[in-house]
Amino acid sequence: MTTRIVADAVVKRFGDVFALGPCSLEVHANEFLCVIGPSGCGKTTLLRILAGLIAPDEGAVRLDGTEVRGPRREVAMVFQHFGLFPWKTVWDNVAYGLRAHGYPESVIRERVPRYIELMGLQGFERKYPYQLSGGMQQRVGIARALAVDPEVLLMDEPFGALDAQTREFMQEELVRIWRLQRKTVVFVTHSIDEAILLGDRIVVLSGRPGRVREDLPVDIPRPRAGERVRALPRFLELRRYVWELLRADAEGSR
Amino acid sequence: MVTAVPTQRRVLWAGRPSPTVVRSASVLLGLGAWEVYGRILASPIFTYPSAIARAAVVLVQTGELQFYLQASLVVLAFGLCLAVLAGIPLGVAIARWPLLEHATDPYVNALYATPTVALIPIIVLWLGFQTKAKVVLVFLFCVFPILINTYQGVRSVDRRLLEVARAFCSTEWAVWRDVILPSALPFILAGIRLAIGRGLVGMVVAEFYTSITGLGYMIVQYANTFKTDRLFVPIVVLMVLGVGLTGLLRRLEKRIAPWVYVLRDE
Repeated sequence: MTTRIVADAVVKRFGDVFALGPCSLEVHANEFLCVIGPSGCGKTTLLRILAGLIAPDEGAVRLDGTEVRGPRREVAMVFQHFGLFPWKTVWDNVAYGLRAHGYPESVIRERVPRYIELMGLQGFERKYPYQLSGGMQQRVGIARALAVDPEVLLMDEPFGALDAQTREFMQEELVRIWRLQRKTVVFVTHSIDEAILLGDRIVVLSGRPGRVREDLPVDIPRPRAGERVRALPRFLELRRYVWELLRADAEGSR
Repeated sequence: MVTAVPTQRRVLWAGRPSPTVVRSASVLLGLGAWEVYGRILASPIFTYPSAIARAAVVLVQTGELQFYLQASLVVLAFGLCLAVLAGIPLGVAIARWPLLEHATDPYVNALYATPTVALIPIIVLWLGFQTKAKVVLVFLFCVFPILINTYQGVRSVDRRLLEVARAFCSTEWAVWRDVILPSALPFILAGIRLAIGRGLVGMVVAEFYTSITGLGYMIVQYANTFKTDRLFVPIVVLMVLGVGLTGLLRRLEKRIAPWVYVLRDE
């Protein structure tokens, strides 16, 4: 198993707030890693550091052995707030990353429709984000990230703003695509169910400042279709275990 | 379920006339009252709508109105265009470079706070009574709302979208083109809309002062000779200009930035 990302004793403070760390973790190539933790524990901060959007105060992040000092082309991000440009159509939003990376129009014209189709957005190419539902908007966000063919996909609570049914549907879609295209995924969530359904491994962070509290492999075979898996004893066991960890932490910090 | 919503709405609104009907009725009533009062009063320095309409026909037939309107529009157009050409790049530059912002904001604040009318005598003294002085005055009236709105628009760009652009490794030029300027565009258009209102004021006041040509000159001239019916013709034209131009800009804003209105309506 090759290691793709290493976070080495990463620390981040915002003024007086000790937000994160020291936090160390490894992400293996083609792995689906879920990061979970109580709210305000620095999950998003950790992800932004992995993306190179902010620099850690201490420690370092390495991607394939080289230190991350800024955003990298091999990494694409999906945001909880979708991060779509309201003045761009679905087509232009999906094309955004490709254009930013300087791909020629010929590549863009070939790739954009492919990812629009992959995310089931055909027929919406000329629509603007505000004309779409939340679920559709996040499909655009995911299509935009996948279109640049990144090795690493960083996802910051991408389904947090969606209703329960849309959320479940999107989770299944994401796993389907991940199985097709084998990216390395770091998926931040605050939903225990989501982490168990999606992850090969779950990293549980402690309350602020976020540190790795537990590193759990999820030994439930795929495919993990929602309703069936939720009834498995192993699922319930994991769920309770993670829940106890998070609760102990919430009580400890009180 | 889907059809129930409009039905319910109709029930709620039943018995209430539409806003357009109310507006039209109000205007007709106002004009009617003015007409009746004016005819009863029959004063030489008062007038009423039908007299104004007759005066308008005369002024159009003699070509006087078109002549002065054209002179005014030239001043307004040049002043506004210069304000747009200077205000937008300057607003962008001030928002981009803090050094420039701090160097210019005393001037911007001072000039914006100064009633621009107070500058008219000195501008006329320096530049004369001709079109040039009036264009400069309209420019001074128009440039600040455009500059300040552009600055505000650039500054109020969604930080999260800037981060998205950074995450995709966009160059600074691409960030301006794809993120900052499109997001500032509704602000800039609103600034131009405000500038038109101020520009009309500047144009008329400048014409009052220089008193050579334009709608402002017409107003002064007919006021001095007590021809109140003719006096109202340029006023009505100015009103139509103001309503028409700002309405046009409002429609442009809605067309160019529809997402702003969707968010507001929710």
